Amino acid sequence: MTATAALAPSIARRPRVVRPLDIAAVAFLALLLVAIAIPGALSPYDPLAAAPGQTLQSPSLTHPFGTDYLGRDLFSRVMHGTSRTLLASAIAVAIGLGVGTLLGLVAAYFGRGVDAVISRIVDVLLSIPGLLLSMMIVVALGFGSINAAIAVGIASVATFARLMRSEVLRVKALTFVESSRHLGVRAGRLLFHHVLPNSWGPVLSMTTLQFGSSILAIAALSFLGYGAPPPQPEWGMLVSEGREYLASSPWLTLLPGLVIILTVLSVSRLSKLITAARTGARS
Amino acid sequence: MTLTIEAPVHAPSTTALEIRELRVSYRPVHHPVEVVHGVTLSVSRGRTLALVGQSGSGKSTIALAAAGLLPKRGAITGGSIALASRDVTTFTDRDWRPLRGSELGFVPQDPLSSLDPLQTIGSRLGAELKRHGVPRRERTARAIELLTRVGIVDAAHKLRLRPHELSGGQLQRVLIAIAISGSPQLLIADEPTSALDVTVQRTILDLLGELQDELGLAVLLITHDLALARERADDIAVLHEGVVVDHGPAERVVSHPEDDYTRELFANAPALSPDRYAHLLRRVDPSHDAAIEVSGLVKTFAGSPRPAVDAVDLRVARGSIHALVGESGSGKSTIARVVAGLEPFDGGIVSVAGRDLPRHPAPANRHARRLQMVYQNPLSALDPRFTVRQLLEEPIALSTDLSAADRAARATAALDHVALPQKVLGSRPHDLSGGQRQRVAIARALALSPEVLVLDEPTSALDVTVQTQIVDLLMELRDRDGLSYLFISHDLSLVRQIAEEVTVLEHGRLVEHAPTAELFANPRDEYTRRLIDAIPKAP
Repeated sequence: MTATAALAPSIARRPRVVRPLDIAAVAFLALLLVAIAIPGALSPYDPLAAAPGQTLQSPSLTHPFGTDYLGRDLFSRVMHGTSRTLLASAIAVAIGLGVGTLLGLVAAYFGRGVDAVISRIVDVLLSIPGLLLSMMIVVALGFGSINAAIAVGIASVATFARLMRSEVLRVKALTFVESSRHLGVRAGRLLFHHVLPNSWGPVLSMTTLQFGSSILAIAALSFLGYGAPPPQPEWGMLVSEGREYLASSPWLTLLPGLVIILTVLSVSRLSKLITAARTGARS
Repeated sequence: MTLTIEAPVHAPSTTALEIRELRVSYRPVHHPVEVVHGVTLSVSRGRTLALVGQSGSGKSTIALAAAGLLPKRGAITGGSIALASRDVTTFTDRDWRPLRGSELGFVPQDPLSSLDPLQTIGSRLGAELKRHGVPRRERTARAIELLTRVGIVDAAHKLRLRPHELSGGQLQRVLIAIAISGSPQLLIADEPTSALDVTVQRTILDLLGELQDELGLAVLLITHDLALARERADDIAVLHEGVVVDHGPAERVVSHPEDDYTRELFANAPALSPDRYAHLLRRVDPSHDAAIEVSGLVKTFAGSPRPAVDAVDLRVARGSIHALVGESGSGKSTIARVVAGLEPFDGGIVSVAGRDLPRHPAPANRHARRLQMVYQNPLSALDPRFTVRQLLEEPIALSTDLSAADRAARATAALDHVALPQKVLGSRPHDLSGGQRQRVAIARALALSPEVLVLDEPTSALDVTVQTQIVDLLMELRDRDGLSYLFISHDLSLVRQIAEEVTVLEHGRLVEHAPTAELFANPRDEYTRRLIDAIPKAP
């Protein structure tokens, strides 16, 4: 092999490239995990404590994100809001994943009438813009973080159902499923031991991607005032509160917005990494 | 083959392709793997060199390297390739372009996937002729001339058609026309007939032979089929794991192989040893019980104007091997699936081990213990996420209430049954070889001790040596367990070796039905005769 390598440097071993942006994304998400676990670890201030003498300060070493109109430390509020916003997103994804994959599985496996009914429901859900649908649901359920999460979750059911349905249809047609059925394997075992494990790979990739969209959707609902009631901090609401002072103190809007953007980008990069690892490991 | 141009083998002036000490490596994820280790070959004008080997032997890699078509992760890491005494070893894509078609033509394996489905035949040929500098107004006439030359009837009309409107054989003719459009000296044919029906294979090979005589082409024929190489080539080079193990005139290589591997390959080619299993075959007693009895079977697929199976009768006597042969579209696989209870049918009676099947099979298979199926491609017939242990224990757990320890013992015994080592128990299908996978599939099918096995082309995805091992195993199992086989195949040379009775199908209709020896000695139907003629002749 050494002779070969000497002859052809162009095809010599190429080490797996670790991109700096991948590291940055993972590091940023790790930071957010710390903020969820111990919100006070990164910011010494009480997120709810007003300081009348220190309102609308610009970012500085003592207040990295500045202070808001009541003098509250914005960085602390963002850090304490992390758990609420990300937890709501996680609940939303869990609802979408759970209900969506179950619907997709049932539709594809039983086919015919069952499939027709489920597929039409999914079509209706898909025809309404996601945010509008979430708003309708949250208005019906009442305001609050959890209700916003449920609303966003229901709005994402259709996406999961559709993907799962097409994957199950693909796997169901494979020879090994027919072969197992022909051996006498019963429907339930066939579905949960053969079809499901071979079809949820793409769905898992979709889940991480959907997590990013859910963060945005939750932030949007909370920006519009459908989320947690003040003074509890939530990312979308922080952006919304800063809006009043956009001309004089733009950081109040920009910095929480930046955190949302970085989180979504990091999650989608992580999703790509997971997908690459999964498909790479399989081939 | 008669040659109009007799060329001396080593005269440099007529050498169309000269490969010296060629080494080729591929770059997988971790480290480069050399797959061709110093191969030296040459082909002169007017001669055919067959490069014979099993999958993974490096034969296609050599063909691709010689045609400048190596994939990006492959590279020539030593030796040289010369086309008509011009060194092309370090040529880039740009350097190759003027040579394609004018110096060498390439005939690929699968004609349908080698043509753009949206481009008409005329436009494809026209583009090729343009590249070779044929003026616009002469192109249509030249295209018709070329298509007529390769045996396409009504060529002017065919120019307006798209690939899906032609048959596989016609498409392969079109690709040959493209390959010779620039009057090359060398034709590289990579398994040119393995995607085609047997009767079509013969006509395509005849065409290649004619063109060679007429144009004085040098032909490099890549094939896994030894009998075909023996029949069609002047010289044979046998490739084994990237090394040429035997090389010489075809007659010599066949009659006096210099290498053990070559000897083994020839012994395993069904066409060259028709009587290999003669001592295991039995005379079928027509009064014996039927394992499978089909009468007047009719099956039409939704949306199809004519039935896929039309009034077919079939009787497989208990303990016998009954072959169902025919080309693609003959309905043989449909019959297999109906008999296996996987497909509903429209008319007739189908009974397995004395019990009639309902026309619409229930989703749960009620006759799993009487009949099981072995598929063509074992990789797709085994769940990729299951280990061999899980694959074998699954059917055992379904049929019995054994404890985990007893199930494991049964799985181990099943493994012994198909001559697999214990160490594969923890492997997944991906990690096994093709032959091992098919053994696992057979063990799984036998787990419920069925009386009948339906084998749908069980060896056609396997190399010839592995095919022999699997067939050996099947013959042994039949003898020991008293199984009956319905054996679906398009390979008449294999059927001649192992079947006791044969049913021939064409377009869903029964052509004839006879004991094997009788059918081969005295085919009553013209279609059967053509199928038999398509088997390359034994020496």
